[in-house]
Amino acid sequence: MTGGERIEDRALLRGRGRFIDDLPAPPRTLHAAILRSPHAHARVGRVSAPEGVRLFSGQEIAAGLRPFIAVLRTPMRHFPVATGKVRYVGEPVAVVLAEDRYRAEDALELVEVEYEPLPAVVSPSAAIAEGAPLLHEAAGTNLANRRRFSYGDPEGAFAAADHRFAIEVRYPRSAVTPIECFGLVAAWDPDADAFEVTAPFQGPFALHPVMAAALGVPANRLRLRTPPDSGGSFGIKQGLAPYIVLMAAVARLAGRPVKWIEDRLEHLTAAGSATNRETRLEAAVMADGRVTALRYRQLEDCGAYIKAPEPATLYRMHGAMTGAYDIPNLEVENSIAVTNKTPSGLNRGFGGPQVYFPLERLMHRIADRLGLDRLEVLRRNLVKATPHRTASGALYDSGDFGAVIDLARPALDELHARRAAVRAEGRLYGVGMAAAVEPTVSNMGYITTVLEHEQRLAGGLKNGALAAATVAIDPHGGVTVTADSIPQGQGHATVLAETVARMFGLTPRDIRVVTEFDSARDAWSIAAGNYSCRFAPAVAGTAWRAAGSLRDRLARLAAARLDLPLEDIRFEGGMVGAGPDKEVPFARLAGLAHWSPGTLPQGVEPALRATEFWSPPELGPPDAEDRINASAAYGFIFDICGVEVDADTGRVRIDRYATAHDAGRLLHRPMADGQVRGGLSNAIGATLFEAFVYDEAGQPLAGTFADYPPPTACEVPDPEILHLESPSPFTPLGAKGIGEGNAMSAPPCIANAVADALGVEDLELPLTPARVAALLP
Amino acid sequence: MKPAPFDYLRPASLGEALEALASDGAMALAGGQSLVAMLNMRLARPDLLVDIMHLPELRERGHRVGAAVRQCELAGLHPLIDRALPHVGHYQTRSRGTFCGSVAHGDPAAELPLCLVALGGRVHLASARGERTVEAAAFFEGPLMTAREEDELVIAVELPRPDPRAGYAFREVALRHGDFALAAFAAVADADGVRLAVGGVADTPVVIDGLAIDADAIDARDDFHADAAYRRRLVARVGRAAVEEALTCRA
Amino acid sequence: MPRMTVNGEAVEAAAEPRLLLSDFLRHTLGLTGTHVGCEHGVCGACTVLIDGRPARSCLAFAVQCEGAEIMTVEGLEEGPLHTAFRRHFALQCGFCTAGILMSLTAFLRETPRPSEREVREVLSGHLCRCTGYTPIVAAALEAADA
Repeated sequence: MTGGERIEDRALLRGRGRFIDDLPAPPRTLHAAILRSPHAHARVGRVSAPEGVRLFSGQEIAAGLRPFIAVLRTPMRHFPVATGKVRYVGEPVAVVLAEDRYRAEDALELVEVEYEPLPAVVSPSAAIAEGAPLLHEAAGTNLANRRRFSYGDPEGAFAAADHRFAIEVRYPRSAVTPIECFGLVAAWDPDADAFEVTAPFQGPFALHPVMAAALGVPANRLRLRTPPDSGGSFGIKQGLAPYIVLMAAVARLAGRPVKWIEDRLEHLTAAGSATNRETRLEAAVMADGRVTALRYRQLEDCGAYIKAPEPATLYRMHGAMTGAYDIPNLEVENSIAVTNKTPSGLNRGFGGPQVYFPLERLMHRIADRLGLDRLEVLRRNLVKATPHRTASGALYDSGDFGAVIDLARPALDELHARRAAVRAEGRLYGVGMAAAVEPTVSNMGYITTVLEHEQRLAGGLKNGALAAATVAIDPHGGVTVTADSIPQGQGHATVLAETVARMFGLTPRDIRVVTEFDSARDAWSIAAGNYSCRFAPAVAGTAWRAAGSLRDRLARLAAARLDLPLEDIRFEGGMVGAGPDKEVPFARLAGLAHWSPGTLPQGVEPALRATEFWSPPELGPPDAEDRINASAAYGFIFDICGVEVDADTGRVRIDRYATAHDAGRLLHRPMADGQVRGGLSNAIGATLFEAFVYDEAGQPLAGTFADYPPPTACEVPDPEILHLESPSPFTPLGAKGIGEGNAMSAPPCIANAVADALGVEDLELPLTPARVAALLP
Repeated sequence: MKPAPFDYLRPASLGEALEALASDGAMALAGGQSLVAMLNMRLARPDLLVDIMHLPELRERGHRVGAAVRQCELAGLHPLIDRALPHVGHYQTRSRGTFCGSVAHGDPAAELPLCLVALGGRVHLASARGERTVEAAAFFEGPLMTAREEDELVIAVELPRPDPRAGYAFREVALRHGDFALAAFAAVADADGVRLAVGGVADTPVVIDGLAIDADAIDARDDFHADAAYRRRLVARVGRAAVEEALTCRA
Repeated sequence: MPRMTVNGEAVEAAAEPRLLLSDFLRHTLGLTGTHVGCEHGVCGACTVLIDGRPARSCLAFAVQCEGAEIMTVEGLEEGPLHTAFRRHFALQCGFCTAGILMSLTAFLRETPRPSEREVREVLSGHLCRCTGYTPIVAAALEAADA
């Protein structure tokens, strides 16, 4: 484990970061503003503006586009701009261009749009009910898909169970809302019929061919670059994809480069969020608390369009629906609805919170109903040994879950004592816990679990997760690293520099990591991007392997030059060889390969540039029985917390939070802890404060940071972070992800504590003071 | 989020400022911590902004607080204000925002107007037509609605001198630190009894008898952060706590 | 044509009245270290010092700053705060960081020995989505101690 200061920090602390809006725009760039729908559902008529306004209507823009390709082939066509109808508030209707953003907004006010408002539908259960207003008439229904899955013998298990306990949950919409909003510069080269776009798009690059297809060009004619810095993403900047297409199309129509910087009102209305989901989860339980089967009924709300890569949120967890537990029988019914709300997308924890909230709340309830100790019930059901294959196909790769719980056990005992003491004073105090398995490195085939197997076979079985990295050594021995991930604050440059430096016996300072990504020049494939915590397990490991192949080359060169056996060659302190008098400086050796390629020993390739691709072989496609190993590795988390609820105000104060992780080998402990703190703080927001609330007409009510309230330094506690490290056998460095886990575990952990404090069973997020107070005497 | 165009004037004297404010579409710009956000969202559309922050006439800082005095300059003026100040926006907005601006804006959840009402203070207004004074209790008429005429400028607010024998308390419940109050309470306990001013609950700050709190008598607001029943609960419980604290502090 | 001092240098540049100070700094002067996150005064990313006091540059117009002294992150001397931020990993994406440095610079000058509570209250005027704030609090307390 390393953990030095971050390479990134010097520039960022001196105001020298280079974010999208900091970059110089090409000559003759025009600034865009988007006219957005004020209606949740309406027919769009004439769009007009006075002479002189550079207006591009939806009809005009869409005429040059094809609808987005989707996994689910439904008649619900999706363009990046509304054509005949708007289906959510904030949906782009037209684009105006002007010399700067101020003038673009002035022009926006001159545009007139004829709308014929239609009734809207906001909740997914209402959307699929008889007689609901139809969003996509051509589909004839708001139910985009329904599939039923059965693993093991759930029927038998339920019939044989001593008890059945159920929970119903309406999980709300929230998003981590990066502090930097979206932004991009798009240009069209008429001679090459090619687009050039710069945007802090985070991937997955599976969307790159989707974007190119929408623009009607081969993917090699959509050159996508990212700025060196991105002001956070947390999944959200995947949502840039439709805007990249929209503005590229406008740039082509206008014949001028177009710059668009999203503002916060646009972001909170239309950038996207996690899905909201209605879930009924039922457990078959034996008298001793052992759960023998789970039955999920999930209704997913993707908003107005199934925007790629949706319905991925619903299927990312499909292999891991039994969480951290060894439950052999499982039944799942998944339904996907469209509603008059903003289309959903990636968000930290992606699909995890929607599953773990009902599951971990239910485990808590099972113990209470049976009068058993909550931790005992959790332990009794826990996966006992790894590797472990779940009922629905996930392969939990490594770790001793019980040992992670033991790490947190002393803190839990202390919390129970504290609860007794605080309650003795007449105050409301509760203790909660939650266990979760954190999936890492998504299988590019998992989304096809939504299809029938015959459909999958027809389309070709999709699987794997290719990662790519390139390491090059220059004639002075300088090492440059590029990789197929787009950093959004996770310190990629630092970790890659440390990882590659270790391979060559250099210092991180000797390594230069170039974080700007360029789809035209960098090695990448569809899995590229910064999501599902793929950086540490996949990308850093792939860079390690690329460095390794160059090291082999250099070692052979050194062995020949120094006349030493290959196995004696070491890389240490900038020298290569076998100790004093039998070594050569790393830089000299590199220079040799560049300057004297003709004199290299037989069989040593002169090029000092290596690109490595890596895909975990464990990631197969969904099988004929719909079993899917949706992720390459699985971490484990056990969270506990103590909360005090103010009996007057209903305010929840997190008194103490401890989180124990096994994320495999940690590549940089302080940054791993940073991921934990950040994920936890996002989860606290989602649990206590944040929700995208809509009124019955589909109007969003939380349009500013005053109404959509991320927590501040006064609301986020300092957690105790504990680690075990059980290296993953499936990733090159043994690392797993750690950035998403607390987004999954913390909402049920905190809710369990609040339920404990109040002595209630049902809680709905977010646990705002008013909502909690309503449960108080 | 960029403002629509407007003209900008930095007048040299109060007279010049009031003259300018007499024209249609003119608005005063003080600290700008509410107004500029509204301009950015194009919710306010002035033709002319009159920047009053450089007028020496508006710099009084005693029991009268002039319109050019920023919130970060209020410490030590009055014990109730001192208790309320940490709840007024954030450190970063108090360095720009003004007491008079907050009063002129008239947000029903704002802390400084609430204090002014609790203390029985007054609002001094001036226009090209002349000056007048309005009791704080009568100044606030509804959400973002006040007794100020369009051409008038709140030139100062007037606080009664602190009563050394009185007890003062301020309590607030907000979603997050620094947010507008779901409910805020300013209590003044003196020889005459306890005045409890309640903010964030009704459409304006209201004053009730702190020794006979009847939360149901207040016409509480509903919004998606908190319903009326919750706000009344806060009146009954947190309002009472503020009263008790003020009574404890009463000499 | 407002004239002001920015990071110690006299500046005079055209600015229509509605030009926000944040845009003036970033796009007129090219000082892109000040970031814009919400333009309604909540997120704090755009915080700069106006005459030594922290202010949201999205809630001020360049014309209001005629005669003022502006300090942005580019004008801060490398000091204990920077060191402490690096040591504590008090930034990840770094987008909110400039504003936080400006607030803390002003605050620590006024309050050289703050409590953790005071630091958290000052930081409550800034939104950070990456760090969970704890490392920032630790860095501020360490810088105050330096």
